[in-house]
Amino acid sequence: MSSLSAHLPALQVVLPLLSAPFAVLLRHGGFAFGIVTAGAWAAFACAIGLWLQTGEAGIISYHIGSWPPPWGIEYRVDRLASFVLLLVSGTAAIVLPYSRASIEHEIPRELHYLYYAMFGLCLAGLLGITITGDAFNVFVFLEISSLSTYVLIALGRDRRALAASYRYLIMGTIGATFFVIGIGFLYLMTGTLNIVDLGERLRTVEDSRPVLAALAFITVGVSLKLALFPLHQWLPNAYTYAPSAVTAFLAATATKVSVYVLIRFWFSVFGETLIFEKLPLPQILLLLSLAAMFAASFIAIFQDNLKRLFAYSSVGQIGYITLGMSFDSVNGLGAAILHLFNHGITKAAIFLLIGGVVLGLAKNSAVPNSRGVPAGAVPPAPTFDRLAGLAKRMPLTCFGIVLAGLSLIGVPGTAGFVSKWYLILAAMEAGQFWIVAAILLSSLLAIAYVWRFVEVAYFKPAPEGTTKQEAPLGLLIPAWLLVIGTIWFGLDTSFTVGTATEAALQLVKAGR
Amino acid sequence: MSSGGLPEHFSYIVTVFLMVAGLFIVIARGNLIKKLVGLSVFQTSVYLLYITPGKLLGGTAPILSPQFTVYSNPLPHVLILTAIVVGVATLALGLALAVRIKEAYGTIEEDEITAADNAVQDVEGVKS
Repeated sequence: MSSLSAHLPALQVVLPLLSAPFAVLLRHGGFAFGIVTAGAWAAFACAIGLWLQTGEAGIISYHIGSWPPPWGIEYRVDRLASFVLLLVSGTAAIVLPYSRASIEHEIPRELHYLYYAMFGLCLAGLLGITITGDAFNVFVFLEISSLSTYVLIALGRDRRALAASYRYLIMGTIGATFFVIGIGFLYLMTGTLNIVDLGERLRTVEDSRPVLAALAFITVGVSLKLALFPLHQWLPNAYTYAPSAVTAFLAATATKVSVYVLIRFWFSVFGETLIFEKLPLPQILLLLSLAAMFAASFIAIFQDNLKRLFAYSSVGQIGYITLGMSFDSVNGLGAAILHLFNHGITKAAIFLLIGGVVLGLAKNSAVPNSRGVPAGAVPPAPTFDRLAGLAKRMPLTCFGIVLAGLSLIGVPGTAGFVSKWYLILAAMEAGQFWIVAAILLSSLLAIAYVWRFVEVAYFKPAPEGTTKQEAPLGLLIPAWLLVIGTIWFGLDTSFTVGTATEAALQLVKAGR
Repeated sequence: MSSGGLPEHFSYIVTVFLMVAGLFIVIARGNLIKKLVGLSVFQTSVYLLYITPGKLLGGTAPILSPQFTVYSNPLPHVLILTAIVVGVATLALGLALAVRIKEAYGTIEEDEITAADNAVQDVEGVKS
């Protein structure tokens, strides 16, 4: 048993990675579902184990094939990595059971096993990015997760899913190639790819031009993947037209793992002295974060498609995470890591619940919407004119969306409040009181877009002859688990705040 | 690396030219296939960026022997082998998507796809 726990870092990635080819070989939706879900649950168990181990032993270093770093590939789990591993594998463990009922109506049955295979690969890629201690390995896992993500998005029924997937493929590949150019420069200057080793060796050459070029390439490349404000163009369409379960999984994990990569390279490789004292990067990041918080939230208010509304909201919420990074303090970074987790589960809950709404609309699609557009092969989009009086039809779903919406706004008692509270504390600590005002003002925009849903669902009269038609339990239970999670982490913050603070402390200590 | 002139930096100049040319094609062209060609050129330039510095003139494979003192670094080649696989997979997936888009939209020109999408959005009443 002790030998098993020593190999948790490898099992963390290998189990979901193995589940994918098995799913393809079995060629059966049910078996594929079983094996990929088992892989995801095993990964979740590994993540819990690693979280416990990092709590006791600090940083875990695992040498693949017993080759010692920096020559061999190292898997390195610190507090931040274990926190992100928990988020990614936990979301996958909840979204996969949801998929079973959800994709029934969205993906042709003969393609189900491929959906699960892609899901398993995507999960393995995201976990690999988080756990690996080797810079080139990050690129490889990044591409594993990205390629499977493009396929998952293209599985959407709407033909616009194809265009969105293609667009994401172009943008994502440019981002990943920028990233690998940056790694190339770092390798040229230091002769090592191990992240810890890179961090040490860069100290002697950190003012040289190739290192600055590497920093620029890596920052821009990863910013494309994490949808930092002006580089977010791929995100709204991809989230809107992907199958519901895919949207929920991506919204909670893909951009968050990219944020993790940025944090890792800024704090563990380039170091805070270079980033925050010699270059104007924090100021640039601060401005872009504010632009995201205001512009993206503002655009969200005017969306008529519920999925697209919350997609723009995601871009805005990423702004809060990067805002925390720009403060260069333990509290700021801690708030960023905290919001990464809290927003992840909140957004996953919302998109899972919207999946139930979409399913309900598809079942009712015999009823034309107010504009008289007949329903075709493509399931009707969750636009506001179709959602009038939704609370009568789906009371539990609507109540869940409202609760998670409160977390997006940052109402006390929800997870979103906790992270915004720490963000405001970090801003006050830095003496930037106008940023406190900006955070509060941008929360008003969040009230506006959440209110649009409340108004339509609760105060608009339902069309004649609607009956109560709640989403099936297979969709409601996973979604409500996450809704309860957003409330739970809003009331009991010992796990989230504790881990985020420890993670920030570890990073800042290592970077100086 | 001595600070030499054009001949000494020749391979770097080729690398940067390919990089910029590839990126330009991706941005400037509206045809989905041409975009993928540009993307491939862009990715290929990175292979050169990695492999060029790994080779030393007169260097041998890194097998210890008293006769040789200069060795070439084999690691970049191994890394790029992985990157080539990634590039091929990306290109294959991109082309597959282009085929599906052609089937669904009847075109592979980006502006015509955008126009078709906007037409649908007008019907649905989605403001964008």
